[in-house]
Amino acid sequence: MSGYSGSEPLSRTAALDANASGRAAPVSQSHRLRSGGLIDRQSPLQFSFDGKTMTGYAGDTLASALVANGVKLVARSFKYHRPRGIMTAGSEEPSALVEMRTGARREPNTRATTAELYDRLMANSQNRWPSLRRDFMSINSLLAPIFVAGFYYKTFMWPAKFWETVYEPMIRRAAGLGKSAELPDPDHYDKAWAHCDVLVVGGGSAGLSAALAAGRAGARVILCEEDSRVGGRLLSDGGDIDGMHAADWLRRATDELASLPNVRVMTRTALFGVYDGGVYAALERVNDHVAVPGPHQVRQRVWRIVARRSVVTAGAIERPIVFPGNDRPGVMMASAVRTYVNRFAAMPGRRVALFTNNDDGWRTVEAIQRAGGEIAAVVDPRGRAPAKYQAVAGLRDVRVLTGGVSDVKRGVDGVRSIVVTGRNGLTQQIEADCLAVSGGWNPNVGLSCFHRGKPVWRDAIAAFVPGDAPRGMTTAGAANGEFSLGACLRDGHAAGVAAAAECGAAGNAGEAAEACDDIYAISPLWQVKAKGKAFVDFQHDVTASDVTLAQREGFESVEHLKRYTTLGMATDQGKTSNVNGLAIMAEATGRTIPETGTTIYRPPYAPVAIGALAGHHRDENFHAWRLTPSHHWAAELGAVFVDTGLWKRAQWYPKPGEKDWLESVTREVLSVRNSVGFCDVSTLGKVDVLGPDAGTFLDRVYINTFSSLAVGKARYGLMLREDGIVMDDGTTSRLAEDHYFLTTTTAKAGPVMQHLEFCRQVLWPDLDVQLTSATDQWAQFSIAGPKTRDLLQAVIEPSEDLSNEGFPFMGAREVKLRGGIVARLFRISFSGEMAFEMSVPACYGEALARNLMIAGKPFGVTPYGTEALGVMRIEKGHVAGPELNGTTTADDLGLGKMMSKKKDFIGRVMAGREALTAPNRQVVVGVKPVDPVRRLRSGAHVVPKGVIPGPETDQGYVTSVCFSPVLAQWIGLALVERGRGRFGEIVRIHDPLRSEDYEAEICNPVFYDPEGVRQRG
Amino acid sequence: MRIACPFCGERESGEFTYLGDASPKRPNFAVDSVAGPEPAEDAFYDYVYLRDNVAGVMREYWYHGGGCRSWLIAERNTVTHEFGSVTAAPGAGATKLAQAGE
Repeated sequence: MSGYSGSEPLSRTAALDANASGRAAPVSQSHRLRSGGLIDRQSPLQFSFDGKTMTGYAGDTLASALVANGVKLVARSFKYHRPRGIMTAGSEEPSALVEMRTGARREPNTRATTAELYDRLMANSQNRWPSLRRDFMSINSLLAPIFVAGFYYKTFMWPAKFWETVYEPMIRRAAGLGKSAELPDPDHYDKAWAHCDVLVVGGGSAGLSAALAAGRAGARVILCEEDSRVGGRLLSDGGDIDGMHAADWLRRATDELASLPNVRVMTRTALFGVYDGGVYAALERVNDHVAVPGPHQVRQRVWRIVARRSVVTAGAIERPIVFPGNDRPGVMMASAVRTYVNRFAAMPGRRVALFTNNDDGWRTVEAIQRAGGEIAAVVDPRGRAPAKYQAVAGLRDVRVLTGGVSDVKRGVDGVRSIVVTGRNGLTQQIEADCLAVSGGWNPNVGLSCFHRGKPVWRDAIAAFVPGDAPRGMTTAGAANGEFSLGACLRDGHAAGVAAAAECGAAGNAGEAAEACDDIYAISPLWQVKAKGKAFVDFQHDVTASDVTLAQREGFESVEHLKRYTTLGMATDQGKTSNVNGLAIMAEATGRTIPETGTTIYRPPYAPVAIGALAGHHRDENFHAWRLTPSHHWAAELGAVFVDTGLWKRAQWYPKPGEKDWLESVTREVLSVRNSVGFCDVSTLGKVDVLGPDAGTFLDRVYINTFSSLAVGKARYGLMLREDGIVMDDGTTSRLAEDHYFLTTTTAKAGPVMQHLEFCRQVLWPDLDVQLTSATDQWAQFSIAGPKTRDLLQAVIEPSEDLSNEGFPFMGAREVKLRGGIVARLFRISFSGEMAFEMSVPACYGEALARNLMIAGKPFGVTPYGTEALGVMRIEKGHVAGPELNGTTTADDLGLGKMMSKKKDFIGRVMAGREALTAPNRQVVVGVKPVDPVRRLRSGAHVVPKGVIPGPETDQGYVTSVCFSPVLAQWIGLALVERGRGRFGEIVRIHDPLRSEDYEAEICNPVFYDPEGVRQRG
Repeated sequence: MRIACPFCGERESGEFTYLGDASPKRPNFAVDSVAGPEPAEDAFYDYVYLRDNVAGVMREYWYHGGGCRSWLIAERNTVTHEFGSVTAAPGAGATKLAQAGE
């Protein structure tokens, strides 16, 4: 709220058109005022609610259009299925939740008060069956005694197995809100960053004043406003500013802000989170106000705003009073009544009663009277009008009752009359079709408390104000407990000037706008105790008696109160209910409200759709793709791709007539073993290690020695983590005295680079060595099989000697390709065949693949994928990811002898620990089922023959399996206790997940060509 | 969270990787130590596993993998998440940075 001047409201309203239903058009808007309001009467919009077609205007919200059409009953409550209406006019709405749109765009729990009306909007009430008026589940109201606080814990305890089968499904059907869409969301969402000096949160009088001041001073300003237009309470309550009508001042202020190039005003943008280091998150509802976003437009956008300073001018929220029947449709916050009348020219009632404990509520009397409505009575426990109003004509005749509202009687749709109990205990019934309620205002402290700052109680306004705000944030205006228009303007201006100055912007900020400072007097009244359900939390159906029951049962702490009763845990996060709940608990325990304390405030301030948080990162764009250099060529061949990390790799290349993957993979393996094939291995991490100390550096990061490696040679290397466990492996070649080319596994390319940089920059800055990641710069192919030389000779310059003498096993050097391109050639073999790996600059990768296909045609060259690669490495007993799994040592992998004893290296000392060198460790072995047609599966457990499988008898597990085409049976690698001494032993393979149990033989992990004759051929 | 990389300027924390306390120093291990391997084992055990759980300002390693690939030493208050000084690790070009500043 802001302002309290008592002058003309922003939009001049005219008398309620009592005969509207007799006119031609618009037929339905029975409660629309004839003139006034910030609606565009030239743009009528049709919409439907529960299938009934109605009309509203551009500028309406769904709620205001329903009010204009005289609709009071819009929802059924969560637990008791009580009929509910519209309570507020903002994002704090706890009751008027509807399902919007249909099909894939159906969205439950939309607050009708924030949904802007558009043509053909379709909304439905939720949580009712068969209809809103006749709701079967309203029987829950009669069962209320079992639905008290903690009822989940008390009622559905026994028997335990009934919970999943009976109780939970029943509760889920009975309680709850709307249904979400069951189809994929057809809309797009976006995420974006914005940067500024001063972020102003909330575009009411204080926020506009702050943005003007900071903007004039020269700061880069972003002003976020959740509403579709700025103005805040000025739009509903008007006032006089700088001697002009609020609407004129507002127009001048927005024009000035628009003229400042350093100021950005973002409407429909709600701030929902405050994070470390001045990072804020906001949700921009870009296209929620239309049925379907336009082409190439997003529906919502999540902004992360980096601001050096922020000024939170998020206003205040009017709080209800807790009394029986306070949830009846037609009971509305007093400020919301003014909003509907003044901003939307819609009358919530023809005969309005007001229940207020503070001066501000009285403004509703003026608003209703000016609009031609009737005031049935004003109930004010203080017993008389504020001094200011006592002199106002028309107000003098208003009936003022001392005491409180003790019940609300309901007609067909909503309030029919109210019962007022006076201080003397006598009651009287007053006819009214709307009850406006004001229990005072709560400054919107949420954002200022997101870093655990506790709000501070201020007696003068009987409300919490911000305490320790997050660093860089100040609060101003009503959010800071300043409730007069004049104070809001001054406070906002001062905060804007200060924030800009802290950012170094000290230009002329001008003067604060002026308006009068009305007194805000309040006499706290939290509840009227009388018979009947008096609601504290409207969205979760928590009553005053639930709070006192929680207290009697020992749940006095506010955090216990919250969880035991679910107070404040609904989607509105207790915006209208928390302080009332605390007040009732305070009274029940004999403590003050500040002694009772507040629960912890956490983001998001308002609900945010998961789709908005995901942005573009969904479906195939869930993460970025990396494509290998030969990807498009492989796709032409019909390759099946597999995701490995971010990469898409060809998994196998099916040929027409092949019935499954196994047939394709078997063909690829046999082609390599019998002739020649090639595979894109560009995904391996590649690092150029350069400098005079490159060899020394590699000696320290690898367990084996590289400084002694001859130029022109490659060597397999293994790295440990500092705790002695294997980190990664790969081949590293020495291309020159001071130039090594290091490769990593695909999965560890990033982590190894980071590790190497740590070693270089942090551990050994004295070494003269530089590292350059070259993974993306080189396309690398493995070319394998007995015909490899024949194939290579067809693409390499004839002058290059590829013979065993000219290019021996583990040789590495540059060669010139036919056509002049220089490639790096490495004679290394993962498949166990005579093989080379060839690197060319990445841009030539696809051309090389196509050339290998053409040149290899006479030999039946076969491209192979990662599956065939895997089969051949298992046949050769080479370890890969499943064995380098973060638990194995070098010796576990059979590579213990590689560990140099002549030097220190990363992981050396810790690898010597007792447990890492114990004789009973699980080590890599081969396994093959005794039954040769049996399929082996990875993950199966290994136990000795004849024992009962279990944690005590478990001796390891199968890590990698494949169907070996050369052995014509399934084989695998396994980690097995003392495995290397057990070759030939028959063990039991136990697989409880797949209900399999069979026997297998432990064997040498090198199944194929154990002497390594073929790769040296 | 924002981290002021001395090379790239203030960047979003998602560009960085956290490694933890920057105070432990990797022990020296001399292959031919007369004392045998045991003192080194104890020193490495401390280096690899033992960390103080500081509530307050801590010197930490952060890696700017999404930027200049520098290892940085940052002061961060573990209670408030506020960053103090952020400097380059010794081998990350700190000397050059200092010279450029002169």
